Amino acid sequence: MSGTSLVTARERALAVLGGEPDDATLRRYLHGIAGVDAVGLEQRAAGLGTRSIKTTSKRRALDTIISLIDLTTLEGADTPGKVRSLVAKAVNPDPADATTPRVAAVCVYGDMVPFAVDALGAAHGDPDAGLISVAAVATAFPSGRASLDVKLADTAEAVAAGADEIDMVIDRGAFLAGRYGLVFDQIAAVKEACRRPDGSSASLKVILETGELATYDNVRRASWLAILAGGDFIKTSTGKVQPAATLPVTLLMLEVVRDWHLATGQRIGVKPAGGIRASKDAIKYLVTVAETVGEEWLQPHLFRFGASSLLNDVLLQRQKMSTGHYSGADYVTID
Amino acid sequence: MSFLEYAPAPESRAILSLREQYGLFIDGQFVDGRGTPFQTISPATEERLATVASANDADVDVAVAAARRAYDRIWSRMSGRDRGKYLFRIARLVQERARELAVAESLDNGKPIKESRDVDVPLVAAWFFYYAGWADKLDHAGLGANPRALGVAAQVIPWNFPLLMLAWKIAPALAAGNTVVLKPAETTPLSALIFAEILQQAELPPGVVNIITGAGDTGAALVSHDGVDKVAFTGSTAVGRAIAKQVAGTDKKVTLELGGKAANIVFDDAPIDQAIEGIVNGIFFNQGHVCCAGSRLLVQENVHDEVVERLKLRLATLRMGDPLDKNTDIGAINSREQLERIRELSDVGVAEGAERWSAPCEIPENGFWYAPTIFTNVQTSSRIAREEIFGPVLSVLTFRTPAEAIAKANNTPYGLSAGIWTDKGSRILAVADQLRAGVVWANTFNRFDPASPFGGYKESGYGREGGRHGLAAYLAPTAIGQSAEPHRVAPGTHVPIESADPAAASETHSDARSEPRPATTKKGGAK
Repeated sequence: MSGTSLVTARERALAVLGGEPDDATLRRYLHGIAGVDAVGLEQRAAGLGTRSIKTTSKRRALDTIISLIDLTTLEGADTPGKVRSLVAKAVNPDPADATTPRVAAVCVYGDMVPFAVDALGAAHGDPDAGLISVAAVATAFPSGRASLDVKLADTAEAVAAGADEIDMVIDRGAFLAGRYGLVFDQIAAVKEACRRPDGSSASLKVILETGELATYDNVRRASWLAILAGGDFIKTSTGKVQPAATLPVTLLMLEVVRDWHLATGQRIGVKPAGGIRASKDAIKYLVTVAETVGEEWLQPHLFRFGASSLLNDVLLQRQKMSTGHYSGADYVTID
Repeated sequence: MSFLEYAPAPESRAILSLREQYGLFIDGQFVDGRGTPFQTISPATEERLATVASANDADVDVAVAAARRAYDRIWSRMSGRDRGKYLFRIARLVQERARELAVAESLDNGKPIKESRDVDVPLVAAWFFYYAGWADKLDHAGLGANPRALGVAAQVIPWNFPLLMLAWKIAPALAAGNTVVLKPAETTPLSALIFAEILQQAELPPGVVNIITGAGDTGAALVSHDGVDKVAFTGSTAVGRAIAKQVAGTDKKVTLELGGKAANIVFDDAPIDQAIEGIVNGIFFNQGHVCCAGSRLLVQENVHDEVVERLKLRLATLRMGDPLDKNTDIGAINSREQLERIRELSDVGVAEGAERWSAPCEIPENGFWYAPTIFTNVQTSSRIAREEIFGPVLSVLTFRTPAEAIAKANNTPYGLSAGIWTDKGSRILAVADQLRAGVVWANTFNRFDPASPFGGYKESGYGREGGRHGLAAYLAPTAIGQSAEPHRVAPGTHVPIESADPAAASETHSDARSEPRPATTKKGGAK
């Protein structure tokens, strides 16, 4: 897996913006995008949420959800042992059913990357090929309150340790203060820090932390900004701030991704993260993706769920579809 | 197999037990009609659903006489508070039987179950709840103290929202103290007949609501009947005009809710994704069988291409098919006759030089279907921009300035509704102020609420339904010196009231109007 090269990303941004990505140019551009009507957006999301996914479609949806999960542990208390346990679950989610697909990636703090890589062994690789990636949160996650040098060092270290994907946070303070140029430059610099010596690059997910951006208009602008600056993925939240991922916010980000694709032909990924715990909710996200950007987005390099407890609920639903009855929490493993 | 080919998710019909035959609901009972019975079919499959009685002139006489009797003896003498109790009871029963009503509505009308389940039936309950609250507060309806009921109301409703239109008619009429003879549309009588069962369940006194089925001549006999005091009609402008002629010169009060050709105005600063949803909802909701549908899209010229392109992408995701499938977005056209009218007018559009684009939909073999269609390059003089198509067909026109948008929006014989899409609040207010339409939606479309009055300008009819204004259609102010309630019997006279609630029954014996106001609440309530 390789991300977009920085040079073409910058050239593309210049072409779209029609000038250097400074505060004034970005402001003119981002504020020129059509607004979002909150009531209408939420109504549309609620409408998509009423789709009834049954029988064969449900079975397919459950497997798709598993294959799109970034199985996550982001605790201060994380240890190598905890990470090994998470990896084992990622590789073999349901020991009782060998047909269960693997998750897309494990998502850990930067210092846990070596343990994740080690534990994955031969299973480490491109999720589009059925293997499991290692994603690392970086850039002073979750607040992003550190100097650029610290953020870049954080990123470079995780990439050097074998991370395939970097989940960075944007500087929300700078964004809310209107310093769009600064946010752009930081994303671009982190993108550069994702580069490996062989010229390939870790994929960059840009966390907008939509719960702190507060308005849908801000979410839309931050999405455009992150894509313009070279992000491969836009991600809703760190999971540390409420509200985290919501269906309307994800729908809005998918609309941006769709518009960007129409404008440039480039496909950007979307990752809702935090707060998605039930299969029923996750299915609503699949429906929203398929009916907004199209079904082709339902693959690991274009859509992910950042989640931890979701996996077990999906496994319970999956078991129910096979056996015809519900089992209990002790019939799926804790990780 | 693609994920988007969702597996069938049909709503079960098991909850609905239709009778083989339905009679007329007169004086609290189902009775045989004397006209030739007719069949009602599912427009999605052309399957026969039930045989329904037809009321002839003699049946209409009986129904009107029953309504008069119920008015004179019971309903006009009952306190507003007790009338409200019946309405609350009906509302709760509608909620209890919501799923059954939704299935019946989708089967008989062809509309998607997600609409009947999430829009029609909840609004029906909301309408009864809302007017139940008005029943004992008529002094505050804006008509002065002690407004009086009109008497017997003849109500004729259309097939596009069979049960919702019934609620719009019956709820305010009963709250205001009138009794009712209602005729549902010939193609969609089922939900009204199930509603009649709900009235029996609610133990509404016999004759207060009578439901007679039949075709146009039954409706004509009803509205022209000498025994009715009020005529309320929702339907086509042609029939509305005939009714207006028929009742001219009589004492009957009339409200008409007729056709529309609403303009949905999209400015270049509109929230574009939500505007697209609003356009879709405006014209493809209920297959476009909506009198207030946003059938004329007025787009600012500089965003025309973008809007049309996005609209086509969105329409390609609409699902047409089995109305009972929970994932169906577009159901069946209600009748062959209507389908032919839609086809005819669409062909006229093409002949007039407009460009037709239809969403790629698989049309089922049986039943009546029409794919969502948009016409671009439509001129204001085109028939498809002037006449009500009443189907899933959108005409796209352009404008350059707000003044031009307003002029084009108002340039129609109708004036029922309009929509404005812009991010600029001041523009919403300025444009709405100049639109000659009964309802103007801003950054939304086809939203209904029982507290909001609904009705038209010009050929869209007169009178308002909903809200406080909706009561005025069923009440007359009491002139000075006139007795407040002409039908009220002397206090102390025994009036037999059938009520399941003993407290309600005893209260009806006293004169509510003579009670001190405001009404006292029961003691011992929550603290």
